[in-house]
Amino acid sequence: MNTMMTEIAPALFARAEMDDAAAERSGFSQYSYWRSTFRTFFKSRLSILLLCIIVVVTLFSFLYPLVSSSEPNTVNLDIESWNMSPSQGGGIFGTDALGRDMWARTWYGTRTSLQLAFIIAALDVGLGVLIGMLWGYVKALDRILTELYNVLANVPQTVLLILLSYILQPGFWTIIVAMCATGWIGIARFVRNRVLTIRDAEYNVASRCLGTPLGRVLGKNVLPYLASLIIMEAALTIPYSIGAEVFLGFIGLGLPQDTVSLGNLVNLGKNNFMIYPYQLIWPTLILATVTVSFYIAGNKFADASDPRNHV
Amino acid sequence: MKTYILKRLGQSFLTVALVVMVVFLLLRLMPTSGYFERDDYINMDEAARTEYLRTLGVLDNPFVAFGKFVAGLSRGDLGRSISVYPRTQISEIIAQKAPYSLAFGLSAITISIVVGLWLGIAMANHKDKLIDGLGTGYIVIVRAIPSLIYLFLIQIWVSGLLGWPMIFYEDQPVSWILPVISIALSSVAWYAIWLRRFMVDEENKDYIKFAISKGMRRKYVMTRHVLRNAAVPIVQYLPAQILLTISGSLVVESIYSIPGLGGLLVYAIRQQDNPLVQVLVLLFSVLGVFGVFLGDVLMVLVDPRIKLAGTEKRKVQA
Repeated sequence: MNTMMTEIAPALFARAEMDDAAAERSGFSQYSYWRSTFRTFFKSRLSILLLCIIVVVTLFSFLYPLVSSSEPNTVNLDIESWNMSPSQGGGIFGTDALGRDMWARTWYGTRTSLQLAFIIAALDVGLGVLIGMLWGYVKALDRILTELYNVLANVPQTVLLILLSYILQPGFWTIIVAMCATGWIGIARFVRNRVLTIRDAEYNVASRCLGTPLGRVLGKNVLPYLASLIIMEAALTIPYSIGAEVFLGFIGLGLPQDTVSLGNLVNLGKNNFMIYPYQLIWPTLILATVTVSFYIAGNKFADASDPRNHV
Repeated sequence: MKTYILKRLGQSFLTVALVVMVVFLLLRLMPTSGYFERDDYINMDEAARTEYLRTLGVLDNPFVAFGKFVAGLSRGDLGRSISVYPRTQISEIIAQKAPYSLAFGLSAITISIVVGLWLGIAMANHKDKLIDGLGTGYIVIVRAIPSLIYLFLIQIWVSGLLGWPMIFYEDQPVSWILPVISIALSSVAWYAIWLRRFMVDEENKDYIKFAISKGMRRKYVMTRHVLRNAAVPIVQYLPAQILLTISGSLVVESIYSIPGLGGLLVYAIRQQDNPLVQVLVLLFSVLGVFGVFLGDVLMVLVDPRIKLAGTEKRKVQA
């Protein structure tokens, strides 16, 4: 439509000079994978909003303990200050059954849970991608790792998680070990299937012919191809890890009671919910904001990184 | 076909054998206090404790003990519970509790298949419309928020709102409804999300576009081609789901005080009842392994495209 509306002017009929640079531009595709991915991702207002929420919550939970003077574990001996709801002047989120400030506890807890989730995501995805790349690329390993996968993937993940947390002593690193022991192989499998499709692409064959060492091929040829997958898997592992900590806390295998984490806060708040609902509601709201943001942002990014969605 | 099934069966048995061995040996690492009833532990002196552990066989060489355990298993003797139901045969406890988990699990599966498939089809058919948005919202909530939180809030708020009992009573059928719905919630989301995704993928394939452009009725194409193809990967997970109902939903059984096996595991862990935890973990793993086995076999039967001998199985990331 637009071209038809353009006013017809004599200038349009002037002879065009041959321009090599312009010819080059029209013959060359401007397509860039990463630019298209980010453009598709940031086109959605929801994605931008979620990313902002993630950044703000993460920064706040890590900075708050540095600047604030209120301690999450300070017990107030004054009975008057116990179980004060926010409306009774118990601070922003109220106080818990020992007069501890819920606002401070919630943010300290968010920090612990995020730390836990970030470490699990890094280890899980790191291990999964590394082994998945070798699994897909090195033919000799395929047999062994596939058999290992057949054994591990057959056992229900929840059972494995419970078993490992039961055997190890409850603690921060126990949860990490238990989560990573169950999580890496699924990611490795996913990566392996991706790598298989490009294993014999021309550029990889060329690298092999030229005698490029394995590490270089994996690092320079294969890894960049997996970057979007890595970001997506990491984003989706985070809500799952936070949820697993809550679940383990509930069945009595979570972090020690004196550690402030969202899982412990939720489980404590649950016990007093009937009388002091705010002790569950506030930590839950923060937790849900974090997990939902990561979950949707991860899925949005997965959609954006799919070339079929690039226009 | 036969060789495939035999090979898969052999693999499953190998997995089970490995799992039994690993679980048994790992539980040897637990502190031995898990083998005492609480009062006994306090009342006994060190010598009496050692003597008691010896009669239980805990101090044996792990491999000898493992041999005894396997011999017991083959006779149907699963050992005895210690702190949860002192000195009761574990096989008796399981026989008593499994029916509850089974009844709740099977009703929940029925609901989740019917509702989940309906939701998935509705979402795929009305892509980017209201129902798709609502369904996506539901799926995000169920999958992103830890189940404990929303299950607990449902228990408190819905039972309060409707005036239903908050926990399970065997003689009050109205108290059965919420637990069943609670167990079904997450699998409804699972069925819906996968069916929608497969259907949308399938719909974009050339042969479907061709069929529609040739003038075949949309409804016919949807039921005969799209739905049928999309349902295949979902069928694979059905047996595992059905078998695992016996294990019950850990959280739901625990918060509603249903006397099933899922709640029992949570309780046994809190009470540190090592023999009971061991048997339950083994039971759930074995059910899981055979569920996956049956799923693979069923998938071969349902999907004529799958050629056997060395072909990749199509696996869905759960």
